[in-house]
Amino acid sequence: MFPTPIEKRSRAARITYQSLLPLALILWLLPLIAVMVFSIRPFSDFTQGNYWGVPSSFEFFTNYGMVFFESDMPRYLLNSVFITVPTVIGAVALSCMTGFALGIYRFRGNLLIFFMFIAGNFVPFQILMVPVRDLTVDMGLYDTKLGLILFHVAFQTGFCTLFMRNFIRALPYELIEAARVEGVAEWRIFWFVVLPLMRPAIAALSVLIFTFIWNDYFWAIVLTQGPDAQPVTAGITSFNSQFVAQYHLMSAGSIVAAIPPVAIFFLMQRHFIAGLTLGAVK
Amino acid sequence: MSSSTTPALPMHEIRAEATWLQRNKMIVTPLLFLLPGMLFFAVYVIFPIFQSFGISLYRWDGLGEATYIGLANYEELLTDRNFEISLVNNVKWLVLYLLAIPLGLFIALFLNQTVVGIRLYKSLFFFPFVLSQVVVGLVFSWFYLPREGLLNTIIMGLGFDSLNILGDPTLATYGIIAAGLWPQTAYCMILYLTGLNAVDPEQVEAGRLDGAKGWKMLWYVILPQLKPATFIAFVVTIIGALRSFDLISIMTNGGPFGSTRVLSFYMFERALSEFGFRMGYGSAIAVVLFLIMLVFIGYFLWQMWRDERDARRG
Repeated sequence: MFPTPIEKRSRAARITYQSLLPLALILWLLPLIAVMVFSIRPFSDFTQGNYWGVPSSFEFFTNYGMVFFESDMPRYLLNSVFITVPTVIGAVALSCMTGFALGIYRFRGNLLIFFMFIAGNFVPFQILMVPVRDLTVDMGLYDTKLGLILFHVAFQTGFCTLFMRNFIRALPYELIEAARVEGVAEWRIFWFVVLPLMRPAIAALSVLIFTFIWNDYFWAIVLTQGPDAQPVTAGITSFNSQFVAQYHLMSAGSIVAAIPPVAIFFLMQRHFIAGLTLGAVK
Repeated sequence: MSSSTTPALPMHEIRAEATWLQRNKMIVTPLLFLLPGMLFFAVYVIFPIFQSFGISLYRWDGLGEATYIGLANYEELLTDRNFEISLVNNVKWLVLYLLAIPLGLFIALFLNQTVVGIRLYKSLFFFPFVLSQVVVGLVFSWFYLPREGLLNTIIMGLGFDSLNILGDPTLATYGIIAAGLWPQTAYCMILYLTGLNAVDPEQVEAGRLDGAKGWKMLWYVILPQLKPATFIAFVVTIIGALRSFDLISIMTNGGPFGSTRVLSFYMFERALSEFGFRMGYGSAIAVVLFLIMLVFIGYFLWQMWRDERDARRG
């Protein structure tokens, strides 16, 4: 193990390390801690210039209550859910199939198609912006959740295919050969042999894609406007102009907007990190 | 592989299935499985790239008739001062964003221990990456506020003058890059933590016996084994740097005086904001950004292709 395990060092080194850890963490999360402190202060603290002293009162419930009951925030959150969940399902379903095709079969153009998916996944969004916006307007889907979902499904299929194909490549190929020898139809091999083995990959991808889509901002402002379809990332800017300079409410609002992906991360940490670090180890 | 007719099947089924479809099923099956995904990807990703190349040759406001003007949009770019600023800022982003890789490695080395509670520390160090860039942007713009912000409270507490980071054209871009480095460093850290986990203990022991320690051990024994992690960190950091948009839009909206624009933001501004709907000109900017990215994409693909080839031989 590198660096040398701290247990093998001197007592002084151990104590220094143990006390350095929380300090480093506080320093690392300082901007976030600042926002959390803001979000529980009363408005009067800001008018009196008491930004960093002890809060004059604890207003957690008032501030977060405002976010949930006196603003459009719940609508934006709901929009985010209705955009994110179908996208996750769609992209994972499509990429299970593409990953299966590219991971199991040998045919001409296999690698070419695979690399097209990878390359497309890396392009700047701006090169897609004008045509995708036009297409969405032409289909009558501008400012609808469906318009956003369709694009997200398509774009995420690139990354998901990369992920699924590499995962399927690592499965024992003998299983598939054995099934073929038994005369099992190809689609049944997919459904009954490969798909059950892909469960960890599906979990990891779902968690990752959920976070990516929840956090998307660019496509939200290109393809939607207003509280009917906008997800929370875009909605928060309208929220902030509604409560301009009221830092206690704006802070509470952004914390609320950030909670779902953070919760998913802490609940599904193992899957999340397995997905993110795929390929980091050979 | 394609001999799938087995004695287990009843006679009449074999005859019925020995059709063209049956004989070519090893080609037809993958094609059918690929079809929906490829269709989506082609319509929303592949075709639009080419369409953007086309649109960049037109003058078009997005609604009325488009007029073909050849390379006039690109000629205009050559003398556009804002384009130049954006390009220079993109270079700053690219160079400074790469700091996330050594920073991430540093934190990973710091956290690669087995003391009580280290798992929670690792998660908490990582979790800025899970926040959306919008939230990161807001958090940092409040952190930087001249009067209310914590950063300036600390700076002034130490006896220095307060800094209006996002209001100062010479500092603003660096302030935004610092905000971007926060989640990006977390990402690189988790890649390296995973990589360090898989480092071969025998090689470390062998290195120790040979008298390598500290920097030498890191450079000659550990880093070579972390190569796959470094490659991915490099890919995601480069792509992230060139994609930077959300933070700029949230923190400064391109200002002050347009000093924080990058190509991705300037393109959006030209094509879809109060500055007017110049789709053709915007597309020309997007094409330039795409070509810059293509250099990196080409390099990444080439590396991956080499890995694939080696994997096949091995």
